[in-house]
Amino acid sequence: MKIDRRCFLSLVIGGAAGTALTPLPWKLTDDSSIWSQNWPWTPVVAKGETFYETSACPLCPGGCGIFIRMVDDRTIKIEGQAGHPVNDGGVCVLGLSGLQLLYSPTRVTGPMKRIGNRGSGKWEPISWDDAIGEVVAKLSDLRANAQPQKVGCISGGRYGTIPELFKRLMAAYGSPNTMTVPSLQDSLQLTMKIMHGSDAVFGYDLENADFILSFGSGLIEGWGSPVRMFRANSGWKENGIEIVQIEPRLSNTAAKSDQWIAIKPGTEAALAMGIMHIMISEGLYDRNFIEQYTSGFSGWKSLVMEDYTPDKVAAITGVPAAGIQKLAKRFSGASRPLALCGRGQGDEPLALKEAMAIHALNALTGNLNQPGGVWAVPKPDYIEWPDIEMDDVSENGLAARRIDGAGSGKYSLASSLLNRLPDAENDYALEALLICNANPNYTMANARAFQEKIGKIPFVVSFSSYMDETAMHADLILPNHCYLERYEDLPVTAGMARPLIGLARPIVEPLFDTMNVGDVLIRIAQELGGSVADAFPWDSYEACLEETLGDKWEILNEEGFWMDEDFEAAVWEDAFATESGKFEFGNASLDLSPGFNGLTPEGDETSYPLVLIPFDSMRLSNNAVTNPPFVMKTVEDTVLKGNFGLVEVNPETASSLGLSEGSIAQLKTPKGETRVKIHLYHGVMPGVVAMPKGLGHRTKDTFTAGKGSNINELMGPVEDQASGLNVAWGIRAKLAKA
Amino acid sequence: MSKQEDQTTAVDAKKTQGPAGPVILFFIIGFAASLVVGWGIFPKLLYSQKHQPVEFNHVLHQEEVSDGCESCHYFREDGSFAGIPTLENCMECHEEALGESEAEEKLIEEYVIPEREIPWLVYSRQPACVYFPHAAHVIKAEMACETCHGDIGNSDRLKVYEENRITGYSRDIWGKNMIGLKKNTWDRMKMDDCSACHVKENVRQGSVQTTKGGCFVCHK
Repeated sequence: MKIDRRCFLSLVIGGAAGTALTPLPWKLTDDSSIWSQNWPWTPVVAKGETFYETSACPLCPGGCGIFIRMVDDRTIKIEGQAGHPVNDGGVCVLGLSGLQLLYSPTRVTGPMKRIGNRGSGKWEPISWDDAIGEVVAKLSDLRANAQPQKVGCISGGRYGTIPELFKRLMAAYGSPNTMTVPSLQDSLQLTMKIMHGSDAVFGYDLENADFILSFGSGLIEGWGSPVRMFRANSGWKENGIEIVQIEPRLSNTAAKSDQWIAIKPGTEAALAMGIMHIMISEGLYDRNFIEQYTSGFSGWKSLVMEDYTPDKVAAITGVPAAGIQKLAKRFSGASRPLALCGRGQGDEPLALKEAMAIHALNALTGNLNQPGGVWAVPKPDYIEWPDIEMDDVSENGLAARRIDGAGSGKYSLASSLLNRLPDAENDYALEALLICNANPNYTMANARAFQEKIGKIPFVVSFSSYMDETAMHADLILPNHCYLERYEDLPVTAGMARPLIGLARPIVEPLFDTMNVGDVLIRIAQELGGSVADAFPWDSYEACLEETLGDKWEILNEEGFWMDEDFEAAVWEDAFATESGKFEFGNASLDLSPGFNGLTPEGDETSYPLVLIPFDSMRLSNNAVTNPPFVMKTVEDTVLKGNFGLVEVNPETASSLGLSEGSIAQLKTPKGETRVKIHLYHGVMPGVVAMPKGLGHRTKDTFTAGKGSNINELMGPVEDQASGLNVAWGIRAKLAKA
Repeated sequence: MSKQEDQTTAVDAKKTQGPAGPVILFFIIGFAASLVVGWGIFPKLLYSQKHQPVEFNHVLHQEEVSDGCESCHYFREDGSFAGIPTLENCMECHEEALGESEAEEKLIEEYVIPEREIPWLVYSRQPACVYFPHAAHVIKAEMACETCHGDIGNSDRLKVYEENRITGYSRDIWGKNMIGLKKNTWDRMKMDDCSACHVKENVRQGSVQTTKGGCFVCHK
């Protein structure tokens, strides 16, 4: 018998025929499909008991309540808290992705001490005792030399026990240099102080307003409390409430509004004055309110009537006089019209005069402390700690002039001017800096200058949970718990019409060797001893929080929030605490004229023929929180393509520069330069370049670092004459083909 | 090409068309061998045999508890099904040894004292892409546990767990029988078995389960 090729083929055919009659092929097909549908790397929810924990989201000032879906002791998903007065079940893309901040690879896993050069990324893990010991040693030294004012502190938050503990530590220690990260709130509070005479915060009864006039506010792009704004916006749409968006760029808010008024950037205040001109000259304002409850109206009126005629305003703003006329009639014709201010998300302060002009518009309609109007809501006032008993060192230290100049001389109105830190001149220099919930090396205009300035301070302590741009250049990191691992009270001031406090609660055991910054502060104070220790009588931060919140503690733990349901804004008779007891349009102490025309951006027109303006997006977190990977995935490819950030340029401007869609160009401003891609966009006016905030991180975070450019490295501060705050709305720029 | 070469090719061609005997023989060999592999060797290779971490006697426990299966396999307050008990459940009684059995000693020493969850091998575990609500079946439709799980409540020991080496799931899902024949409802629990029962019981035909989005009722 000869075995040949045919025999072999026959064997194979026989094998195939036989195999088809066994379960093998059918079973393998089934198994491989099950296998391929259940790849080991496919995330699968762990088995276990499923339940929800309640907490509050601190990722922006919005104050949303959150539910965290748990399986046993694992967090699975963050959802909006149903029934919460801010978000009622809604959640934004950042809040939704919060778990990626818990598990972020950029988290600082324990206290660390720098061993290499600043920023070299060489760290040595140290124990908590040693870390706190180092801080205490440095602070004790300065105090022993009677120089407590040489310690500075940058705090991200403004209200709540953590910022208050920082303030208290600084005060008891003897330093006046507590600085907060500036925002629209600074300008609004000054406005409130001047016009209402009170320390209240701005609340807006948005849901009951019937005409919305927004001066560049990103109503659905993160302004105020973002999720509340989405809901308010839906309500307006359902009820046919008109929304007019005044903005130089066609933002999402502008695109969804009933009317978009493309205004020359930075001239919003002049338009507000122009609208007032029509309202006053045609008598379209609330005479009862103006005559009985306001003071200084005649001065204001003559300013408006003389300097802001429709023709003049049209020339300043680029909005035709007829358009201003129509707008003024529609605004004043509504029964509960609201004028809103603060560009984009309101991260940047506004020129005081702009905030006042827009608030004066609201006053003209009498829509103050009324349903659908602007409400003066008391500042969070639940923190009532005993006064600090200071020793001589503290008293002398506190008497020193602040390093940023706030509160004295031409900055007498301001309480904190972090923007002035790089240029601050004083007869002393900071020797130590504590930074919490803030990333000034990234978020502040002229970020490079911040890095340089902070780099010159000999002892920098960061409390950041993440290795952000500022922590990278610190000497010591004392990492805070992630927000899902810690207690923190979060009073909400982002335009809510009622006093509201949220409570972030520890939902999971800390993943790393981190400590609540509140506990760290209490320990630092107690180890400093003397009168500083006496000001911190608590055993732990939790004990401090429980004592501070009193009967709200239990409610907060159960519901996740506490709201003063019965709050009603004061009636006009009792609403104003100014000297005149009335709403103040402007008194002698405040120089009213000129200044409503908008500030000139930095840079000369010949070298920098264009103007660069920033814009905000819900998909790019631009504060101390860095975008988690999920949110990065939502960024459009007209904003970020590969590692290139895109800038929006009008096709007309682009063609004059020889640029087309996708071309690579060099963007230069007086403060810096970077390489960008061009995105042609008719929604931005010729001569203007628009660039998103929130890109271009310089950390080691693979998800965000090196993607696009940080606009804060291109922008410089422009000081508001009245407040000293940085109110730059743009900067002159140049684009050249690269 | 030369004449001689032509002839050689012709002879070769004839040879290859030689007698059919060996060809048939090899066909039979291939056929038989594959049957042996497919029916005999393959199932043995496909499944690995595993033993449960702790021996467990359902009968013994049934006698001690008051609420039948639901004493340990209970519904949580929110209606979700707890499934296999956690160590916490075991510790409600077995915080310390109650008897002298070897299995209990192992439980206490290896799991209760170090507070380590018992890695039970679950015979009825469906792939992760399958969502099965016990509440809808046991509470709403009042089905008995036995309908799907068999009479496991009356077993005095746990059988060997056969793990599919490809999928990692229990053999009980496909069924012991390789060609999928079943006598009892619990012999096999593939998707066809779910649908067969739903059709038989006339469960909400024409509802969301059978329309376009129907896949996502069970496959989340």
